[in-house]
Amino acid sequence: MLKDKDRIFKNLYNDLGWEIENSIKRGDWENTDKILSKEKENIIQEIKDSELRGRGGAGFPTGLKLSFAPKVIGSRPHYLVINADESEPGTCKDRDILRFEPQKLIEGCLIAGYAVGAHTCYIYIRGEYYREGERLQKAIDQAYKKNFLGKNACGSKWNFDIYIHFGAGAYICGEETALLESLEGNKGQPRLKPPFPALVGLYGCPTIVNNVETIAVLPTIMRRGAKWFASLGRPKNTGTKIFCISGNVNYPCNVEEEMGVKLKDLIEEHAGGVIGGWNNLQAVIPGGSSMPLLPKNVCETITMDFDSLIKEKSGLGTAGIVVINKDQDIIKSIARIAKFYKHESCGQCTPCREGCGWMWRILERMSEGESNYNEIDLLYNVTKQIEGHTICAFGEGSSWPVQGLLRHFRKEIEKRSHEEPLIKKKADIPYLVDQHLLEKENA
Amino acid sequence: MSIKKISKVQPEFFEFTSENLNKAEREIKKYPSGKQASAVMALLYLVQDQNDNWIPLSAIKYVSKLLNMPYIKVYEVVTFYSMFNLSPVGKYFIQVCTTTPCMIRGAKKIVDACKKHISNKPNELSENKLCSWTEVECLGACVNAPMLQINKDYFEDINEKSAENILQKLLKDEFPKPGSSINRSSNAPESGRKTLINIKNA
Repeated sequence: MLKDKDRIFKNLYNDLGWEIENSIKRGDWENTDKILSKEKENIIQEIKDSELRGRGGAGFPTGLKLSFAPKVIGSRPHYLVINADESEPGTCKDRDILRFEPQKLIEGCLIAGYAVGAHTCYIYIRGEYYREGERLQKAIDQAYKKNFLGKNACGSKWNFDIYIHFGAGAYICGEETALLESLEGNKGQPRLKPPFPALVGLYGCPTIVNNVETIAVLPTIMRRGAKWFASLGRPKNTGTKIFCISGNVNYPCNVEEEMGVKLKDLIEEHAGGVIGGWNNLQAVIPGGSSMPLLPKNVCETITMDFDSLIKEKSGLGTAGIVVINKDQDIIKSIARIAKFYKHESCGQCTPCREGCGWMWRILERMSEGESNYNEIDLLYNVTKQIEGHTICAFGEGSSWPVQGLLRHFRKEIEKRSHEEPLIKKKADIPYLVDQHLLEKENA
Repeated sequence: MSIKKISKVQPEFFEFTSENLNKAEREIKKYPSGKQASAVMALLYLVQDQNDNWIPLSAIKYVSKLLNMPYIKVYEVVTFYSMFNLSPVGKYFIQVCTTTPCMIRGAKKIVDACKKHISNKPNELSENKLCSWTEVECLGACVNAPMLQINKDYFEDINEKSAENILQKLLKDEFPKPGSSINRSSNAPESGRKTLINIKNA
């Protein structure tokens, strides 16, 4: 287990108070001016050396991302945008940072903003986190009062302002270009890439978009050094990570652990074990709803980091672990995830807009035992037609969980799929004709 | 995307109060000059605050004039995002999360409680016109599942019983205490906590 002194988020459970005085006692804002007196390149190099990978889901190396910002500020200003639109089912780590460790985030914004040459930072918080946004605004005001923000922020001769922007309940706005669209006052539909936001982003200006957790660990990396951070975890999967363990466990919780920790340890040690005992485990979704589930035999040994989960054809994603025990209907659980994606598809690309509904309806019938054998392959076919055929990664995110179900629980589905094909029966089933008539209630 | 019902009964006129107009100006100032369209969502929230938590069509016109945006662009934004209501909701608007992490911890019982105490169908006002409820997608408090949101506050770790308590208080026009209903401290495990035990502010 990770030692308490190596934990970055010491106030994860709000034992110590979130106010700026308390966070300063915990070591926030210590020698920040010294960090900011370094050259920008040195700061980015330090982050590169720490091998920190983005905590928002894709795991892109953060140092590299920061280095994409143009070195010289031209006629267009640079922007730093923080993605706090946390809506991935199973994930609630950013909420705790916003509530209990806001100063870490604010200090990280200043450091990252300085490194990419941005004077303005927007924090995009999901609209439902109204209270968390309020808390963050109070923390920002406290930081302004201490001159940590504003003109000559923290005595660094760098002017830096942070503004909060509330979203309004659209999952897709967690995608970086959709987030920028939303920030510009449009509906949140992702943009085609390239050009990438680092060159043409918010208002057409160079913009770096990062997750809350990624930015919040930067100050600690700068203070304790890249070597310390890289010594935790495994090569290329370094550092610590907040894991959210939810679902059928005895004590669901958030916990900060080293990357590469065993999944079984997380569940048994921190979350009090699976309800009904380890043998009652059916499957685990390891990284938020977009990641394919893992069956029990894989869960025995798997370690939680980006690379080892990719080997199991899943992913770390946002590290939102959803434990599903044998009391649950696994097909129904994934069907509910499919419904989530159907609801949240932005409607821009046809494969996703239509396909997500198809997947949901087929799965819903499968869970009720109203599907036929051929539909299993049909469902797989639909997922393959969505994956890779959309502008953003939502296509992958919606089809992967279904593929995971088909990969590991095909037998379960086959057991239930014994209906005759509908066409043979000549049954008058409306969903073969006009979906929209049926859907009104669920839409 | 979801289909939204536009209310048939619409007020003819909408205008910000002077207090909200000041707030709106502050919101617009957050963004560079000429980019005032960015403030559209913040202004729509102000509209909802002022107008009993829903947005009439006249307010869409008003906001579009205020921000110098085409009407249709504001309309697009209002219909795209699920948190903007286009028809009246209860004074207490209850949103029950039913996505998988909540579902497998028994969100259906919470939905049943809403059906029993408030209205049989979602988005309908209760008999005393105070409350309405709806099912929503993940609210991002999965380790506190099942949970629901009432107006701006989260109610976490609820079960059938505490949900009924909450709903009954609301029907009596009292606002229950937000947060965990089992007095758990934030997101720490309910018992058997193994981390951050001896840490103190240095």
